[in-house]
Amino acid sequence: MDLYEYQAKDLFAAHGVPVLPGKTVDNADAAAAAAAELGTAVVVKAQVKTGGRGKAGGVKLAETPDEAKEKANAILGLDIKGHTVHQVLVTTASDIAEEYYFSFLLDRSNRTFLAMCSAEGGMEIEQLAVERPDALARIAIDPIAGVDKAKAAEIVAEGKIPAAVADQAADVIVKLWETFVAEDATLVEVNPLVRDPQDKVIALDGKVTLDENAGFRHPAHAELVDERTENPLEAKAKAKNLNYVKLDEGQVGIIGNGAGLVMSTLDVVAYAGEKHGGVKPANFLDIGGGASAQVMADGLDVILGDPDVKSVFVNVFGGITACDAVANGIVEALKILGDSATKPLVVRLDGNNVVEGRKILDDANHPLVTQVDTMDNAADKAAELAAAGA
Amino acid sequence: MSIFLNENSKVIVQGITGGEGTKHATKMLAAGTNIVGGVNARKAGTTITLGGKDLTVFGTVEEAMKETGADVSVVFVPPKFAKDAVIEAIDAQIPLAVVITEGIPVHDSAYFWAHAVAKGNKTRIIGPNCPGIISPGKSNAGIIPADIAGAGKIGLVSKSGTLTYQMMYELREFGFSTAIGIGGDPIIGTTHIDALEAFEADPETAAIVMIGEIGGDAEERAAAFIKENVTKPVVGYVAGFTAPEGKTMGHAGAIVSGSAGTAQAKKEALEAAGVKVGKTPSETAALMKEIIAGL
Repeated sequence: MDLYEYQAKDLFAAHGVPVLPGKTVDNADAAAAAAAELGTAVVVKAQVKTGGRGKAGGVKLAETPDEAKEKANAILGLDIKGHTVHQVLVTTASDIAEEYYFSFLLDRSNRTFLAMCSAEGGMEIEQLAVERPDALARIAIDPIAGVDKAKAAEIVAEGKIPAAVADQAADVIVKLWETFVAEDATLVEVNPLVRDPQDKVIALDGKVTLDENAGFRHPAHAELVDERTENPLEAKAKAKNLNYVKLDEGQVGIIGNGAGLVMSTLDVVAYAGEKHGGVKPANFLDIGGGASAQVMADGLDVILGDPDVKSVFVNVFGGITACDAVANGIVEALKILGDSATKPLVVRLDGNNVVEGRKILDDANHPLVTQVDTMDNAADKAAELAAAGA
Repeated sequence: MSIFLNENSKVIVQGITGGEGTKHATKMLAAGTNIVGGVNARKAGTTITLGGKDLTVFGTVEEAMKETGADVSVVFVPPKFAKDAVIEAIDAQIPLAVVITEGIPVHDSAYFWAHAVAKGNKTRIIGPNCPGIISPGKSNAGIIPADIAGAGKIGLVSKSGTLTYQMMYELREFGFSTAIGIGGDPIIGTTHIDALEAFEADPETAAIVMIGEIGGDAEERAAAFIKENVTKPVVGYVAGFTAPEGKTMGHAGAIVSGSAGTAQAKKEALEAAGVKVGKTPSETAALMKEIIAGL
């Protein structure tokens, strides 16, 4: 889960990383009040989970509370790369002497963590990595040893952070490591980490990604979810513990078992759709190993609630899951849904207990259900039905 | 022959008394796996009877190894306790630990991997978040259904469980030396490269199927390895061409970040290394059938 800047900086502050005071608000009057309370010139910053906010007009300086109100009005509601601005952070404006870059992240290739540090901050890290690779230090971090003051000093030196603030920067890095570990983050990025004219080192921006698998250790992380920006179908699926992702511009609803098979199903449907007017998969939904009638009903309910969906493809390879259980699940789910199930279902069952599973669906003889033997042919049928229904 | 697991493997199950552990230990026994015991510190000294076989529950992996000569552990311990369970297996220096558990925090996986490295890599880790490994007709360590395909000459390595089953099913007439699911997490023990290297060295493996998916650069690295080191024919499949950027697709590691980790980049890297890549699982299977026909 990616966090907003203000949420990231709240976590930083909780772990002793220096940040500037600020307040997050969702209307212009509150922005003026926040500026008045801070009593300084402020920066009004769009809170969206994407980069390039400055270029998009989402970050503006305001000298007075009235100006803060005006700027907040201009920023709230902006669309930045498909993200609508619902909130702005009003924060003390800082004079900047120098800008640095710092991050801790997961290094998948080396199966460890990585620190990245540069005295040349401010620009996008991808750009820095391409244009000035020598200026970006990459230091592997041993997950067991972690980052103490000595390791942090090594990182600071490699990143060529000036000596005058090296000690302070090392302290900040130790605290960022504490944040990274204590919060189970997979990314903690500060860009820019600034040196102000008084030689104080401050995290001026913050980007944090949290590991959802570690949610059991962090009940408070659940409160960081912003329901306003969640897709309503994804929110509904999450409430039912379904592993669902909505895709744009798709017409074929997909249900399958196992993440790899479902990803593959999306691809196969997209290929099949090329022959049927370019129809595409509408979602990812992995019902996992169990596939009880209730899980199938919940899954179908979410998918049939998607107005984009014109047909549904249920693609199951029975490994642990038995096909007869899946078939019973489909039959029961259609009973539970009753008249609200209106779109054609193409079902492909294979593997464990396939003969019994296919027989259950044949016997039920439901008018919406078509069985097809192979994944490719079933995808083709589902695409054809979606094209006909579109 | 086969890789990593054979007819002489003696298997213990960590978490044998839990629901998943009991269910799959029973299935493994039915598939002919030589399960010699289980581990659960809180039930040490008790006996559990599965599929007509009495199995002792030991307090630790070390004790189980000492008493039974076990050399493989299959881990079904829930995410909260998985890190300690894997560290215990590493400290006992068991040669192979197959970690089935899904949902382990990545900081925990990074920690136990670093621990394995620090202890000299005496324990091969497969997973986490994987279906395990099967050498058909010899042994089955994990949750791969044993009845999909029998023994044969194809080696299979895959990030995904169900795509492993699908591919075994498509190629069931030929059979497999070993099929191994390495898992869909961002940090895993055994990699595509490890499996490719072992299949290349295994005289009973004639051809290799490699299945990847979006996220990370494991497939690109495997492609570079194949180009330099693999002489046996390899066919590939990559899932997730239609996955949107920035969304996790079921597996914790299956995410396209910016322009990195796309299926297209992986396919191109594999093809540049001389691997024939199928657009769909069935096309991939057809490519393998052609290769087998020409052997």
